[in-house]
Amino acid sequence: MNSSATIAASPHRDGDAGDRALARIFSAYTASATLWLVFATLVGVVLALKFAYPELLSGSPALTFGRLRPIHTNGTFYAWASPALIGLALYIAARSSGARLYSPKLAWVTLGLVNLAAIAGTVSLALGLNDGDQEYREWLGWIRVVLALGLVTAVWNLLATVARREGKDIYLSNWYTIGGTLWTIIIVVVALLPWYQHGLGQVAVQGYYMHNAVGMWFTPLSLGVFYYALPKLMNRPIYSYSLGIFAFWTNLAFYPLLGAHHFLFSPLPWWLQTTAIVCSVAMLVPVWGGSANFLLTMRGRPERMRRTPAAFILVGVLGYLLGSTQGTVEAFRSLQRVWHLTNFTVGHSHLTMYGFVTFAIWGGIYALLPRATGKEPNNLLMGVHFWLATVGVLIYVLALSIGGTVQGLDWIRGAPFIESVTDMAPYWLWRSIGGLLMFVSHLVFAWNVWTMTYRRARTPAPSIAPAPAGA
Amino acid sequence: MNRLVAIAGGATLVYAVLAVLMAIMPGIELSQVPPGPGVKPLSPIEARGREIYVAEGCAYCHTQQVRPLPVDRVFGRPSAPGDFAFDTPELLGSERTGPDLTNVGTRQSSDVWQYIHLYDPRAVVPQSIMPSFRWLFDVVAKAPAGVVPVPVPKPYAPANGAVIPTDDAKALVAYLLSLKQQPIPGAPGEAAATAPLAQAAPANGTTGGAAAGGAAAGAPAFDAADGAKLFAANCAACHGEQGAGVPGAFPTLHGNPVVMATDPAEHIATVLHGAQGKPINGVTYAAQMPAFASQLSDRQIADIIDHERTSWGNHSPTVTAADVAAVRAKK
Repeated sequence: MNSSATIAASPHRDGDAGDRALARIFSAYTASATLWLVFATLVGVVLALKFAYPELLSGSPALTFGRLRPIHTNGTFYAWASPALIGLALYIAARSSGARLYSPKLAWVTLGLVNLAAIAGTVSLALGLNDGDQEYREWLGWIRVVLALGLVTAVWNLLATVARREGKDIYLSNWYTIGGTLWTIIIVVVALLPWYQHGLGQVAVQGYYMHNAVGMWFTPLSLGVFYYALPKLMNRPIYSYSLGIFAFWTNLAFYPLLGAHHFLFSPLPWWLQTTAIVCSVAMLVPVWGGSANFLLTMRGRPERMRRTPAAFILVGVLGYLLGSTQGTVEAFRSLQRVWHLTNFTVGHSHLTMYGFVTFAIWGGIYALLPRATGKEPNNLLMGVHFWLATVGVLIYVLALSIGGTVQGLDWIRGAPFIESVTDMAPYWLWRSIGGLLMFVSHLVFAWNVWTMTYRRARTPAPSIAPAPAGA
Repeated sequence: MNRLVAIAGGATLVYAVLAVLMAIMPGIELSQVPPGPGVKPLSPIEARGREIYVAEGCAYCHTQQVRPLPVDRVFGRPSAPGDFAFDTPELLGSERTGPDLTNVGTRQSSDVWQYIHLYDPRAVVPQSIMPSFRWLFDVVAKAPAGVVPVPVPKPYAPANGAVIPTDDAKALVAYLLSLKQQPIPGAPGEAAATAPLAQAAPANGTTGGAAAGGAAAGAPAFDAADGAKLFAANCAACHGEQGAGVPGAFPTLHGNPVVMATDPAEHIATVLHGAQGKPINGVTYAAQMPAFASQLSDRQIADIIDHERTSWGNHSPTVTAADVAAVRAKK
């Protein structure tokens, strides 16, 4: 942390009201998101254990697998990752434009709306109220309207802040964060309108929705964080700015078309499935281009990689590269025959939403939050967080990738179905071990967030916990 | 400002066009797919059951889509667009932690089995990891007149009282039993469609003969491997993998008079046409045994019967496909 601490200390100007308002907003978004992360991944651990102990917490309807699963997925998506990324995007918009945030008040409204949606969504799912078992849009319609309003207020704030920028150019990060938020508003609206969603028509919309919600929301926002945080941490500009712009447009051209690859061999029209496969391959262009851009920015500066937030970003870039490439490979019909409908897909979604998106958020928060608040996290605890999370997700993804393959091969050789369940037992056990490590790392992260935000600085008497030696 | 409008506006416009192309237009077109032959809307109680299925998130572990792949043949004929005309919200699902349920009403047509399985899945499938749905049942001191309590096996039943399905449980089971694929007249895969459970037996009609030819003294003269596989796929859910049944719910095949009988006619007829309410060793079972005549070939039924007649300490004369054909012809 030594090297990054010196960079981090400087830009905080005491006494500037705009800076302090921005720091308060950034802190609140991060803290709120972190609470949800701890909650939603605790639910995830319970879900993982239910595979080994199906009677665990089986007394209450609210705690059964079918109700907890969407609470876990929607919680991590819309209550952890989304507000964390919006907080980062607002901070980046103001800082990279050399301008004050357009409206701190509006930023608080956004945070309130997203949290209102998250609470209402979680409670209603626990009560068995949902809008269908369609992944990532289980929340009732009006709750998703609240979420959409949160996005509208967020993009309004981002646009108006960037409009106040000093120079003519718009920094690349803002392309990704503003683009991603605008696209996501379209995604939410398309998923909400009921007219074209009957029977198989709804399957087509679902194929589009569930994958675009991932790739046109979390991906561009996370990449926006990379493009801002990485040059700050490396103390050098991004390797190729124009490659970043090229990746932006190619991602936009190919990604929206690939959703139907989740319904290969389904009765969806064959052309829709084939277009999805072709575009899944085409996605290698922005993925490899973008990843190379990040890795080349990091190259040759090992002293800035070790013991700094850049380590989180490195894992995030590798998660992006591996997870997206895996997605392309999975889209081939030949491999779908083995992997489709198995736990392999669950491993893939954790490699991407966790190995990529969540690590990108952590890298961004550790790199930028201390600059906003002037409070550094404990270096050792940041390392503990890093290793627990990295080893945890590695175990998690490996266990489900191998197990999912076993499952698929069991089906192909025509074994009685129950064999694919009993054969998975050891892999599900390893998955819960990985998940448990990930969960513990979130507790450490929550402590680090506390250190970077609301914990009193050393000068006043520490009221809650003693400051660690050498912090 | 102009640059901001160009980038944000341009990117939004491109994306909106792609969203119309990939989501809204296919959505409009596919929403109008007419129902396939025999595909009908659900009855009110089945529709209520479907709502419970959705609320409890059953679709996270059970798909309702049969792909045109050999691996999916065990679940039925490939799903056709017309099958989903009344399926809103759609329940195709993305994971098969449990089996596909497209055709579960045909495969597992006993409501008694469905009730026991919902009350505690491990009571009928010991290795199952499905959650139990006990809150869909009431435990009462004594079942009211006219209500048949669910015969939950002893180790899984409450210590005292009778298990009665609530209206929600009845609706859910009504929905599950309504999940039956309708045959598509004239479809090329018709043979496979009418024999959804036949996948366990590889399509090599010669194995029986080969096994018989090489049979040493005392070895079964039928395809024992096929018999065991077919039994596991079609019979084990109720009668148990080891044929022990579930006391009070599903009869054991160990020392079962029909299985032990030297004359196999009744055994064959039971597998072909199903059974209900027949006392076995003095116990009457409420569950209905499904008929397999339309789902399995004569040779497959012979393999299953011979498996039952030569396993678990049973030693009864075996039968041939010709014997099955003879009983089939009688009715």
